[in-house]
Parts: sequence; C-alpha cells; structure tokens
Amino acid sequence: MAQPVPQKTLIKNGRLIDPRNNIDQIADLYIDDFQVTRIGKKLTDSADHIIDASGKIVAPGLIDIHVHFREPGDEEEETIASGSAAAVAGGYTSVVCMPNTNPPIDEATAVEYIHRMGRQARKTFIHVMGAITKDRAGQELAEMGLMTQAGAVGFTDDGCGVQDTAMMLRAMKYASMFNRVVSQHCEDRSLAKDGVMNAGYNATVLGLPGIDPLAEEMMLWRDVQLVKKTGTRYHAQHISTAGSVKIIREAKAEGLPVTCEVTPHHLLLTEEAIADYDTNYKVNPPLRTQKDIDAIKQAIHDGLIDALASDHAPHLQSEKELEFLTAPCGMVGIECALPLYRKALIDAGVCDWSQMLAMLTWRPAQIIDVEKGSLAVGDRADVVIIDPDAAWTIDAAKFYSKSRNCPYQGWTVKGKVLYTLVAGEIRFQDKG
Amino acid sequence: MSKSKKIQWTRKHLIGISDLSREEIEFILDTAQGFEKFSTRSIKKVPTLRGKVVVNMFFEDSTRTRNSFTLAASRLSADVIEFTKKSSSVSKGETLIDTAQNLEAMGIDIVVIRHNAGGAPKLLSRSINACVVNAGDGFHEHPTQALLDVYTIRQERGSLDGLKIGIVGDIAHSRVARSDIYAMTKLGAEVTLIGPPTLMPASVKDLPVNVSYSLDDVIEDLDVINMLRIQFERMGGNPFPSVREYSHYFGLTADRIKRAKSDIIVMHPGPINRGLEIESEVADGPNSVILKQVANGLAVRMAVLFLVNQAAVSEGRRN
Amino acid sequence: MEILLNAEQINDVIGQIVEQIRSDIPADTDVAIIGIRSRGEILAQRLQSTLEDYFSGGILNGTLDITLYRDDVNEPKEVQPTVRSTEIDFDITDKLVLLVDDVLHTGRSIRAAMDALIDLGRPRLMRLAVLVDRGHHEYPISADYVGLKTDVDESKLVSVHFIETDEKDRVIIKS
Repeated sequence: MAQPVPQKTLIKNGRLIDPRNNIDQIADLYIDDFQVTRIGKKLTDSADHIIDASGKIVAPGLIDIHVHFREPGDEEEETIASGSAAAVAGGYTSVVCMPNTNPPIDEATAVEYIHRMGRQARKTFIHVMGAITKDRAGQELAEMGLMTQAGAVGFTDDGCGVQDTAMMLRAMKYASMFNRVVSQHCEDRSLAKDGVMNAGYNATVLGLPGIDPLAEEMMLWRDVQLVKKTGTRYHAQHISTAGSVKIIREAKAEGLPVTCEVTPHHLLLTEEAIADYDTNYKVNPPLRTQKDIDAIKQAIHDGLIDALASDHAPHLQSEKELEFLTAPCGMVGIECALPLYRKALIDAGVCDWSQMLAMLTWRPAQIIDVEKGSLAVGDRADVVIIDPDAAWTIDAAKFYSKSRNCPYQGWTVKGKVLYTLVAGEIRFQDKG
Repeated sequence: MSKSKKIQWTRKHLIGISDLSREEIEFILDTAQGFEKFSTRSIKKVPTLRGKVVVNMFFEDSTRTRNSFTLAASRLSADVIEFTKKSSSVSKGETLIDTAQNLEAMGIDIVVIRHNAGGAPKLLSRSINACVVNAGDGFHEHPTQALLDVYTIRQERGSLDGLKIGIVGDIAHSRVARSDIYAMTKLGAEVTLIGPPTLMPASVKDLPVNVSYSLDDVIEDLDVINMLRIQFERMGGNPFPSVREYSHYFGLTADRIKRAKSDIIVMHPGPINRGLEIESEVADGPNSVILKQVANGLAVRMAVLFLVNQAAVSEGRRN
Repeated sequence: MEILLNAEQINDVIGQIVEQIRSDIPADTDVAIIGIRSRGEILAQRLQSTLEDYFSGGILNGTLDITLYRDDVNEPKEVQPTVRSTEIDFDITDKLVLLVDDVLHTGRSIRAAMDALIDLGRPRLMRLAVLVDRGHHEYPISADYVGLKTDVDESKLVSVHFIETDEKDRVIIKS
C-alpha cells in the first residue's frame, strides 16, 4: 500500500474548543505531517487546504466508545466500511466496535481482522473490545491477554451482561493483569427474562413483557462491589435509569475506578414512544421514563457521566418489521448523534459545548486508555469542524450506514458536521 | 335496551377496545343484536358478505375463537380460508408481513388474526390493505371476547352503568382482562382485579381499576364475576405454589358463591379448568352465563365482520 | 317540499288499503303482517289494528330488517346502513304473509325483503301492501294493495312521516 502523503491544512478563524487543554477561543490550526503543528492567530503558512471556519467550532475528532458495525456475520446490516463512512459523517474519528458479532470477537485473530477492515475502509479509526467470555456465553474466560496484545481496548460481552457473579469476579481479577477496562451491559437476566421494553404503564397496556429497571441496577450494583474487591477499571455501558445514576454517583464518591456512558435515546426518548408498537424504539436497555432522563441529565450536569456513546446498532428493515416481541433491539444514530446531544444537553441547559465535547473526546479516550481527544501541538490531527447552529432534517435514507432503523427520522436538529479530518486527512466534507 | 346514537362506523380494523369510544362499543353491541337470533333460524345465513374472502390467520392454538369466527364469516356468506401456523421467533425467513402480503395477493378482504405477539395485528394493519380483526394478540387485547362479555352483561342487566365487576386470575398475562377493563369501564362499570400480586401487571395502579388480593374480601359486593382461565403455558416461573393453593384463595367454589349476591353473573371466557378456577357446580349453576357468552360471541363477531367491511366499503377502496 | 298527503288523507288511503285487503283475502286466512323497518313497521301496526276484527284467526305481526339483504350493501354510500334486529317470533311457513312498506319505488327493498323472508320459512302466499306507489320500478315488482298510486319525477324523493317517529303524519315530496 502506498504511504499516505502528509497534507498541509490550515483551519482559520474557528472557535477552537479543546476541553482536554481547557481551550475555548478563536484560533487558527495548522496541520502538517498528520499532526497539529501550530496553533495561533492569523496564521499565513501555505497549505494544500485552507478551510475558513469562521463561526464554526473546531474540536478534537469525536470518539464513540460503543458502536456495532456488524462485521463479521451481518454484513447485510452494516460493514466496517459502511459504518466507518457513517462515523466520519457524524464527526467521529475513532470508534470502538463491540464484540457481539457472528462469530463474536473473542480471540486475537478476530481483533486483528476488525483492525484490518478498518484500515481498508480508511475513514475512521477502528478500535475494538474483545469478549470477556468465550463465545460471549458467560462460562469461560476469553483470551484477554492475547486480545490485548492484538490491540483490544477493553472487554465486554455487550448484548448481555456476565450473569454469573463468580465468573465476573474471575474476569475482573484476570483483566487487572492487562490494565484494560472491563465494560458491562448491565442486565440481570433472571429479572429481565423475555422483556422487550421498560416494565411500566405502556408495557402493561400493550401486553408486552417488561424489563424492570432493577435488572440493570442489580448487576451494576453487584459489579461495583466487585470493583471494590478487585480494583479493576470498570465501565458501565449505556446506563438508563435513575437508580443506576445513584449507584454510579456513590461509586464515584468512594473514588472507585468506575466510569459510565449514556446514549442519545436514553436522553431524548421515553417508553411512551412505543405506544404504537414501533420497533424502531425497541432497544436494550429499553427506553425508560422522564424521571430517568431527568436523573441522567442531572448526572451529566454534575460531571458524573464520562462518555456519550451512540450505541449505533443497525438492523435490517425486514427484521424491524417483525412483531415487537421478535424484532431485534437497537437503533442507528452515529450520523446524527452530535445534534441530538446538542438538543438534549445544550438546548436544555444541562451543559455547555466544552463540557459536552469533553464527553465526546478525551474522557472516552481515557476509558479505553488511548492518547486521543486532544488538539495540542504535536497531537495527531483528528479534527472535527462543526457548524453549531445549522439546522437540518434527519433523513435516514441519506445515511452512509446501510441500515435505516432510526427513530429520529424527520426530526429537525441543529448542529452539522462540516469536516472530519483523521490524522490530518480530510475524510469527510459536508456537501450540502 | 337503549339504542345507541347513530354513528358512522369508520374503522376497517378492530385492533383493541382501547381505541374505541363508548359510542362505538355500543354501536357494535346494537349491531350484534341484529345477529342474535340467527342460531335459531332454519336458514342461518345471510348473503351480506357473499363474494368476500375472510382469512383466519391463527398463529396460536385456539379452537373456540377460530370456530366462532369461521361460523360468523360463513353465516355472512363469506368464503373462509383457514391459515394456521406456529409462529417462529426467528428474525430471518418469511415474516408475518410476507405471509399476509402473499395472501392479500390472492384477493382477500378481511384477516382475522390470532398471534402470540402483542402488536402483531397492529403491525399487519399497517402493512396490508385488507381489514384486520384482532382475535387475540399476546397479552395485549382480545376485543371480540370483551365485546361478547359486555354484550352478555347488557343482555342480563340492560346496562353496565354502576355495576361492580370482578375479574379474577392471571391479569398480567391476560389479553381478555385488558380488553374487558376497557370495555367495562367505558360502559360505566367499576372493575376490580382480583388475584395474587405475582399475577398482576407492572403498572396495575395506573389502570382505571381497583385491585384486591383477596376474593373473599370483595365477593359480596360484586354484580358480575369473570373467572379467567389459568394458563400455565403463558405464566412462566411459578407465580403461585400450587393449583391447590390457588384454588383455595381464588377459585370460585360453591361455598364462596353462597356469600355473593344471589343474582351474581358468573362468566368465564372458556375453556374452563373445572375444579381449578371454578367448580363445576358453579360453572353449570344458575348464575353461570358461560354458554350464553359462547352464543353471543357469534353475534358479536358477525357484527364486527359486517362493520369492518362496511368501513372498507365506505373508504371506497374496495367494491 | 310539496305535501303529497296530509294526516287525514293518510287515514283515507290506509282505509282504502284495508278495503282492498278485505275484498281480496278471505277472513279465515292464516295471515301474518310483516312490516319492513322502519316506516313499513308502523304502517303494518296500523293495518293490523284495523284488520284485527276482520280475520277470524287473528293476525300475527312482525318486523323485518332487510339491511343484510340489500343489494347495495357493498356499495359505497353516503349514509351507512344500520343493522337492526328482525322481530318475527313465529314460523311464517304456510301462512299468507302480507309484506308492508311505506313507499314502492325501485322494488329493490321488496326484492331484499322477499329474500330475507324466504330464509325464515316458506309462506303459502306473499302479498305486498304499500302506502304510496310512486312509479319508476327498476325490478319486475308491483304491489297488490296500494294506498296512492302516483308518478313522481325520478329525481325527487317521496318521504313518509308518521306521528310515532316524525311528530306528524304526512307524505312529502323532496327534490
């Protein structure tokens, strides 16, 4: 493969927001040799590309620590190539693929395969988490060491949680040897059973089996106890209930190495959306109530939420047209996550751009222990340029993603990604 | 019996009672009255749906409801296709919509659907042009059962206004209970759900009903008691320790009925588990209207088939 | 709106129908008067009360709802038909059935009524009495006993009002 030629790019007059370095000011950014080489006012160096970013936000490229690109196994829904194109369109310069593929990512060659497909796609950086247990079956440890060597940034059985407490304790003890984060989809199966939505009023009225918030909270609480015992870094994926927020708050107050993420749908949608059996709202953890949303927003305001993740989960239209009981869980959203966060957080006065971008850049980078999410001189030039106020209407038909299971179809949102640069190269440029 | 206001019936699908207004429910009941005496005629058929095709799409075992719909459609002179299939939980392969669109390509007019997944009739109604009648979906609704229940009560008492009605049993997994709650409360009755807490749905407190965990506490006040069938295959886990203990607390025994009002109406959607939720002496006793419910089911289903077809006719899409 | 018959005239023409029936049907006939919902039902009741004394064996009375037999039941129309019950609590087999309707126009209602009756049994004779025969029959059907025979322009509607349901007795022509 030909070596990429470094391109010189000058981004002028943008509002540079780099939360890692406490920067929020108008500045020019000069990129050469894949890196940020100069930051200053009125830079005049010659460049291959000069981008006028007046009135725009220039920020470190976004990092999504929770995506499903479905490869290998379900390439009809998404591939690493299509998912990568969707990611840069959403402003994401790095993503973390979840291992619940078919077959699952539970050994080193599978990790290498994901990386290779990511390099070939040449859009966003592809990271991957390996499975905690072989075949994600919750029975035997997967080869965490060899997967770490192959570059896995953490471990999770995402799609389900590790049910057996002794198994989880063993996994956390073992993972501590490699200093990788253990990440959990918290759901106690004995409580959640065959539930398909929040166990609330709508589940009762629709006659659909419910998932009690306790199913999430019981496992999260259990895992926090295991963190106390093992000291292993632990990350709670897509927390969705007020009870989970409380558990996280207490764990952080105790100084435990516990982090968590939330998704756009758990900030913007409630169980009431399911009144008509629309499977585009079927997701796991399920959409909860306004009370839960309020608690999560309060937690964001208080700085307790470490990362905003998309949980981008593509599914075929034909699968989403099944009965609600049978249809798969998940929704796509990586291409519209940023404006959705703006709507949920900035417009609602929960936090400002700098705080929000922190949860989309350096804070998730810390969870997976990669040196990203910062735009200081010498840092790799992963950059996103955002028009913060541009309004547009979400149309899933225009997504780069192969799937259309988007509950935000037709929403008019504010905030548009104009450019995404990965290692100094323009990988996405808004055409409209 | 009071005549309902004359309304235009505009629903070409009957998905659930929760969608219906009181006027619409009463209109169906009044229409059903026009079909009530058919069983006693020498020729039990009318030509109304001649040339129409009704598909009975049953993804769940059911003899009674299916027979009732088949007979109802036959008495309206429709052609009936029986389609029975075990629903699969696989997400790939032929879907419900595929199946329905295949049938629709053959020119069907009304689909009667029974499905183990709540929402399947709704899904169907969004994807095909034919009328859709819900014959029971998961734990969601069973609208024709509720209609025949309130029809029977109205037949006995003239009106449901002010009546105290108890529904006993597995409320959590009962589509009949949900449809009954809507139909009965919309017609002015006061509904009390009776059963162990393990068989109550998650947000029962948000429903327009009373809840009691003791049949003995409330039986004396009831005008109507509807005993739900205990369906072991639906419940999962073991929500009560044994049949014996369930019957002890929630079975409608001959002893218990003695403490009720003398004219209490005893109902059951059938088929009954004799000696479990209801003792034979009560099921076959003078207060029981169980067989009348079956007879009325036919009239109600004829009315529903007639009305959804009328709505489709009015819509002008069909001939 | 034009008044075709007022209350007094209605009384007169009912009297004429009664006379026609008396002169045509022997008093010892086993007869059932069946009115078609809803105005035919009222006319049938009036005929019954006047003819009660004439027929030695008394008169059975019933009401027929023809909605389910209408030939336009599956045609789109402005007002949906309402199904009501047929109230005939006796066997019509071997009886003389006197079918009663308010207006004879196209003949389609009578066709439907005959089909409906035949499904209930096998009458020995069927006769038709109407208050007004306004002409423009579309089916080969005519009435045996007619109160008023007149030719009303096809575009107009003849509407019978009875005091039981419409405040006063009268027959009007609406355009």
